[in-house]
Amino acid sequence: MVFLQQLINGVMLGSTYALVAIGYSLIFGVLRLLHFAHGEVFMVGAFIGLGAVVYLHAGPLVALLCAAVGCAVLGIVIEFVAFRPIRRRNGSLLAPIVSSLGVGLLLQEVATNLFGAEQTRFPPQFEGEMIRLGGLFVTSTQLFILGTSFVLMLAVHLFVSYTKYGMAMRASAESTDVARLLGINVDTVIVLTFAFASALGGIAGVLVGFAFSAISPFMGVSMSVKGVAIMLIGGLGSIYGAMVGGLILGIVEVMTVGYLASSYRDAFSFALLIIMLLVRPQGLFSGASAAKR
Amino acid sequence: MSDVPLLGVVGIGVTYGGYVALDDVSCRVVENSIHALIGPNGAGKTTLFNVISGLVKPESGSLQFRERRYTGLRPDQILVMGIARNFQQVRLFPVLSVIENVMVGCHSRLPRTSFRDFVLGPLGRDKVDRLARQRAAEMLDLVEYRGDTKAPPSQMTLVDQRRIEIARALASDPQLLLLDEPAAGMNPAEASQLSEIIRKIRGLGRTVLLVEHNTRMVFSLADEVTVLSAGKIIASGPPSAVKSDSAVVTAYLGNV
Amino acid sequence: MFNSYTESLAVFFGINVLMAFSVYLPSSAGLISLGQGGFMAIGAYTSALLTAKDVPFAMALAAGAVVAALIGVLVAAPAIRIRGIYLIIATLGFGEIVRVLFINLEFAGGASGLSGIRPLTTLWYVVGVCFFVGLCLWRLRTLTLGRAILAVHEDETAAEAMGIKLLQTKLIAFGGGAAIAGLAGGLFAHYALFIDPEQFGFSRSAEAFLFVVLGGSGNPFGPIIGAAIVTLLPEVLRFLQDWRMSFFAVLLIGCAIWRPGGLVAARPPSRL
Repeated sequence: MVFLQQLINGVMLGSTYALVAIGYSLIFGVLRLLHFAHGEVFMVGAFIGLGAVVYLHAGPLVALLCAAVGCAVLGIVIEFVAFRPIRRRNGSLLAPIVSSLGVGLLLQEVATNLFGAEQTRFPPQFEGEMIRLGGLFVTSTQLFILGTSFVLMLAVHLFVSYTKYGMAMRASAESTDVARLLGINVDTVIVLTFAFASALGGIAGVLVGFAFSAISPFMGVSMSVKGVAIMLIGGLGSIYGAMVGGLILGIVEVMTVGYLASSYRDAFSFALLIIMLLVRPQGLFSGASAAKR
Repeated sequence: MSDVPLLGVVGIGVTYGGYVALDDVSCRVVENSIHALIGPNGAGKTTLFNVISGLVKPESGSLQFRERRYTGLRPDQILVMGIARNFQQVRLFPVLSVIENVMVGCHSRLPRTSFRDFVLGPLGRDKVDRLARQRAAEMLDLVEYRGDTKAPPSQMTLVDQRRIEIARALASDPQLLLLDEPAAGMNPAEASQLSEIIRKIRGLGRTVLLVEHNTRMVFSLADEVTVLSAGKIIASGPPSAVKSDSAVVTAYLGNV
Repeated sequence: MFNSYTESLAVFFGINVLMAFSVYLPSSAGLISLGQGGFMAIGAYTSALLTAKDVPFAMALAAGAVVAALIGVLVAAPAIRIRGIYLIIATLGFGEIVRVLFINLEFAGGASGLSGIRPLTTLWYVVGVCFFVGLCLWRLRTLTLGRAILAVHEDETAAEAMGIKLLQTKLIAFGGGAAIAGLAGGLFAHYALFIDPEQFGFSRSAEAFLFVVLGGSGNPFGPIIGAAIVTLLPEVLRFLQDWRMSFFAVLLIGCAIWRPGGLVAARPPSRL
């Protein structure tokens, strides 16, 4: 029973990871960029959610919406200010990484100046009542997070597979040249990708705030590193890989903390990463871009 | 001139996906000779070079150097064994100067610099560095390069860059020199100068296997000619015999 | 001669220069590492544990560097075939694994870190090591090894065809970088007198990487300049107070857009 309970915790944590990782994969797919600042976008989302709850007395869904919109805008700004000028000027592989590190640092510094370096309390949103599902007890918080995450993942899948914009995104990820030849405005797709990915990251941030009742300006740093690790495990550029990888990482982390010691939490995650790199560098699901490597 | 085969190519086959680049290619290069490999575009000449120099692994067949099988060796091992090459598109190192580029060629033949020499180097005591520079200068002289040796190669003309690349290959003291279209982009005067240099190299006891489109140069220079077309050897022998071979004529005319 | 604040600034600058060198050496062979913090940690802990057992400082420092180099080679050997972005991720992963490893090593203090380290680092030590390493790197080009490293970075195929052993050359460059980071770690430990795993995480690795990017990777002076900018700029920008790092972040973005070859571009910005 305890095992299943832990499994649910793991899936819950993993689903938030998955949402962030999807954002990483989308951006990597279209731009071949490791967007280190995405973890900070996740962090900003959490703070927007906090603001919505505290100052607007918003309910959970409205908080999510605020974070989604706020982060989408942030993502678009980042693309215009930090990445587009680089693409216009040169095709260096390193310059976007440097820019991304700079953006991440900037967001972190601004957040620290505004909110202090300590953790900030995130008011609990749900009654915390336990709901019985079969033999298991789930809190309403967990249920909400799980539900929202899975609905969003489904939405991503539908969007990417069936809508015009989703298919344009996939085409651009395959090859920007071919996409242009097909009449797709790649620049618009890139902006859209940033908006979409950042919105997902922001929502994940608020969900984490719900889950742990505390957020800090530094929560993005470990997320950045984990996001890259998940992308690698799942396959660079693969959205489904990101979902699966995120879930796996969440489960592994929770299980490690539950059954071993909390100090080992990151050990298995990164051991997994190294093993994947050596055994199957293209990841579990070779995304469109990974096939080219 | 002895008849000892320096290089033996036996039944080499290379396929890319469904495309057969080389089909059962066999060839012998005799020591101390100039052996030319010709054929229409796309015949597989550069692929064969890549196989001989270890850049491409063949699916079938074997390679022999002085009767010793060496298929599967890495390019750097093949260089140490005694086969050096240039590249069709000239692959010099832009960040190194002309003389440094050629010095890279002698890396494998030099002793390691002692630590003392490394530290005292600026005072002019580095023996290995001097040896390398001397050798590099000699090679550049052999290929009749008269330009600045301290400048980066990108500043030199194409013809000079080709010379530098050949000097670099020669710096490793190879028994067999593979030249991939060394005369490309040269006018007749430059091409005939290059022919003289190649004869000089043969005169020093080396063997040259060269791929060339300049048929006049090939037929006046080579001791032996092998013709490759669509991945298969269609003729091999002295220039006079090959020139009049009907299969060869068809291969060339058929491609016009 | 120096007051203690200037002295500590100079020491940290020197350590940063070493970290910059540790990224510079592998990068000149084409290997980008975002995990040098891990090697710094190995050097720091190894030397600190040794001096606690009365091993002379110089030997402990050297041991730290050697252990870091050995681990660097061990880790890089299977990974060296990995290309481009995958290698960057692998080094990132390595840096994190080292951090996690030290969190779990009880005899090295675990998550609470190691304290009571002997204050053996002096400014002269730091200057001496920096000078020595810098000199070696500058003179490297006169060695066949130095030319081999550059050749491998420019054109692996041509380099291999000229007899250069690719694997060996890359491993030497990577191991050398790890050793330098190990030295930096040892010097740091015996100045800060307290170390814990969190000090050597991704931020440290990213910072070292940025030194080289900012300063330019064409010659050994670039990393020095990059380290100087990052370490000394906050001092110059004192008046910005809490917004110093934000200004630095903006500088990074600007640099990425307008001067991707580094502020001191010794050679034109080349591919990865």
